Amino acid sequence: MNFKSKLTGLALAAAMSTTALSGAFAADDTIKIGILHSLSGTMAISETTLKDAMLMLIDEQNKKGGVLGKKLEAVVVDPASDWPLFAEKARELIEKDKVSAVFGCWTSVSRKSVLPVFKELNNILFYPVQYEGEESERNVFYTGAAPNQQAIPAVDYLMNEEGVERWVLEGTDYVYPQTTNKILKAYLMSKGVAEEDIMVNYTPFGFSDWQAEVSAIKNFGSAGKKTAVVSTVNGDANVPFYKELGNQGIKAEDIPVVAFSVGEEELAGIDTAPLVGHLAAWNYFESVDTEANGEFIEQWHAFTGNDKRVTNDPMEAHYIGFNMWVKAVEAAGTTDPDAVIDALPGIAVPNLSGGYSAMMPNHHITKPVLIGEIQEDGQFDIVSQTPGLVPGDAWSDYLPDSKVLISDWRAPMSCGNFNVETGKCGGKGS
Amino acid sequence: MKRPSFFPLLSWCKPMLKAIQLFLVAVSLAVAFVATDLRAQDATPEMINELALGSYDQTEETIKKLAATGDTAIVPALEALSEGDLYVRKADGQVFIVKKSGKNYKLTDPLSGEVAGEEPTRNFEKIKVKNSLRRQIRSVVGGLTLQAKDASTRLAAANTIIKTPDEDAIDALNAAIEKEQNANVLAALEQARAASIIISSRAPEEKVEAITRIKNMGGREALSLLLGFQGQADESLKPQIDAAIESINSDLAMWDAAQNIWYGISLGSVLLLAAIGLAITFGVMGIINMAHGEMVMLGAYSTYVVQEIIRNSAPHLFDWSLAIALPIAFVVSGAVGLVIERLVIRFLYGRPLETLLATWGISLILQQAVRTIFGPTNKEVGNPSWMSGAFELGGLTITWNRMWIVVFTIGVFFALLALLKRSPIGLQMRAVTQNRRMASSMGIRTPWVDAATFALGSGIAGIAGVALSQIDNVSPNLGQGYIIDSFMVVVFGGVGNLWGTLVGALSLGVLNKFLEPYAGAVLGKIIVLVLIILFIQKRPRGLFALKGRAVES
Repeated sequence: MNFKSKLTGLALAAAMSTTALSGAFAADDTIKIGILHSLSGTMAISETTLKDAMLMLIDEQNKKGGVLGKKLEAVVVDPASDWPLFAEKARELIEKDKVSAVFGCWTSVSRKSVLPVFKELNNILFYPVQYEGEESERNVFYTGAAPNQQAIPAVDYLMNEEGVERWVLEGTDYVYPQTTNKILKAYLMSKGVAEEDIMVNYTPFGFSDWQAEVSAIKNFGSAGKKTAVVSTVNGDANVPFYKELGNQGIKAEDIPVVAFSVGEEELAGIDTAPLVGHLAAWNYFESVDTEANGEFIEQWHAFTGNDKRVTNDPMEAHYIGFNMWVKAVEAAGTTDPDAVIDALPGIAVPNLSGGYSAMMPNHHITKPVLIGEIQEDGQFDIVSQTPGLVPGDAWSDYLPDSKVLISDWRAPMSCGNFNVETGKCGGKGS
Repeated sequence: MKRPSFFPLLSWCKPMLKAIQLFLVAVSLAVAFVATDLRAQDATPEMINELALGSYDQTEETIKKLAATGDTAIVPALEALSEGDLYVRKADGQVFIVKKSGKNYKLTDPLSGEVAGEEPTRNFEKIKVKNSLRRQIRSVVGGLTLQAKDASTRLAAANTIIKTPDEDAIDALNAAIEKEQNANVLAALEQARAASIIISSRAPEEKVEAITRIKNMGGREALSLLLGFQGQADESLKPQIDAAIESINSDLAMWDAAQNIWYGISLGSVLLLAAIGLAITFGVMGIINMAHGEMVMLGAYSTYVVQEIIRNSAPHLFDWSLAIALPIAFVVSGAVGLVIERLVIRFLYGRPLETLLATWGISLILQQAVRTIFGPTNKEVGNPSWMSGAFELGGLTITWNRMWIVVFTIGVFFALLALLKRSPIGLQMRAVTQNRRMASSMGIRTPWVDAATFALGSGIAGIAGVALSQIDNVSPNLGQGYIIDSFMVVVFGGVGNLWGTLVGALSLGVLNKFLEPYAGAVLGKIIVLVLIILFIQKRPRGLFALKGRAVES
């Protein structure tokens, strides 16, 4: 990001929030939308882009005449990568600014932190990031991938196309990797992979000395079976990880690494040479060759005034989520959260990879799954794509206490964790 | 060159071998000097152009077809494809090897290697490649370059076959072994042949010798090969294979221990590098400097800025970028340190709690300032060529970047030691920290010595930033990751003692790396922290406590 665009971004955000304050009394003229993404602290690296993307989407909608004849107005707050502050800022958005819906959060812990606020004040949160699943809430709409929309297809690809028989599940030590790896391990074992052919390892956030880990992977990979690494390593720690892989001479042809947290934005600050050929699984890549995506990228470059800014998967999730919200509001004829929550399931909007994504009764959406290989220019070559859309599964079918749960927020059931064995609502996660 | 199906079971049947050798020599001579009908077919430009057609499956077919020609002229094209340098001209479907120069591509004909002019990049489209294709290309190229002119190419070819042994390659290997003069290459070729024989469908008797050879080769690859074969081996071979695996494993166990020590030293040197500046500001001056990590971060950003300037204006100097960045980082961080000392810290001497809070605040200010100026995303700092890759030392894999950081750290350590112990300013620094009043009475300007000492500590942190930019992310948060570890090292080693910092850093590094394989990185770190707390209970002044009058009561 260059300095100038950053400044304009800041100025814009500042302008938006001042108008938000001054407009508090004239609330009837506009519909307010909260943007709850960290603009400072550790997570600023990923979340700042999503704030910009939301401002662009709102701007575009206003050019089309807004919603229900009213202009949209963004209220930007900065929870500063501080989890308790997320809850405070969410409360401020809903109670003080009276927003109609909130788009925000990145880490699972920030989502968990705002959940009680959204339940208590009955508002809507659109959560745009791939996550570990095992959750379905009435007030939250999950537009990122559930594990079955990212992790499982990626593992299938490695198993079928690359003939992988031995698995290293390498992750950062927190809830998303832990849960995803639990699901993956159960899935692999259901496919007949022996326990000794799976190695699970965790490292702390921001880990930088990968020597011992990489050499453990090397040792594990020299058992005469094709080995792959499934990486849920988060953000920053990826760079030294891939560097060490490259330095120790592990090539993508020998031991491929498939990552779930490495996208275009993360690659933008990296020397990509040692990463070429390694894989990532997402529901969208900037390199997707469709007309809708071409337009989106063009808009993005025009809006940010910087044609080097990349687009990524969570941005597409916001694109889908925002358009769904607009459609639901128009269908309901009001921005009242209860009406919109009821209107959302069943709504389908075009996604950027050339199809339609639909909101399902479990508040997850349908998406295609793409596998891409990292290229030298920081983009992905798509090497595999699921033939159809994959519906997001809130409760994994591979965990014993989750597979009996279903989620359906439509009228008669209205339950996020219905146990089909006991026939009762409630169980895990309630 | 398929193995004939009537090939006798006892292959070292001499007349037969001789005949095959003669034939192969004839073939290779023909390939090398005159294109004759002996070769299946010449690779044609049309066949190369087919690489650009359609799906990955089609590309795979085309590579197979190209490989079947046995024509070594296809090697550059295939290598370019694997590297992602093979492009197709959209207008006529012609394929070229390209090299970027500004907005144009420099074109090279893939078969003849002739320069074919320069054209704008937008006329071209990259031919897509994926891992399975890269593997295929690697084994095809390995097979074709066994008799290349260049010894290193031949060695690479042999090593490729060791990695991906192939029954069909045995004959070609035999031919290459016959002609090979270079002892290193010869050994690799024989290992490649042994590996191929082991996985082949040949009789068990032939494999006995091959297994011995692979056992002697040792290392991970040998182990991988034998483990992979173990399951399907003939009963009669099982004891030999088991013995071979055991012998390789016991060798590896020894090397693993050595490798762990190296990892420990390398981690220790990083800790030392990060802590050495703090050893001065905290250790010598007694300032609890929470902004120390940010000085490291500023050094890393200086490296980034230097590299950006070099990239844009003098790319040929790139390998020197770190050397150029060192003094600049020292000056930048040192100057910031000087300003902080003059504006804030000098008012807070003797009040550790306030110093802690003030420097903590400064660290946040510096972080957000960098975030605002450079943006929140990570910055790319490249590795010069001499800091990439690794070399083998016996069974050890030592990466160059870690190796240089160890060397560099030792250099910085001794330079600093010399400065403190042998130079007039060093003498003054020690005098002021040991007895401020007395030093002042002797005519030393203590405020300026304080400022200079703090600037020196900050500047050294900046130098550490240059080195750390090579192994970590250059982001506004860079410093936070090191601050706790730095304090740990200085406290553990003994406040006010540089040697203590050295021993403390290295022992923490080695301890950490020995715990990691058993306890994992997260638990390992916790254990180290608990051990340090227990140690500090026993020896509150660390490993090497200062004695005598220097210790304030």
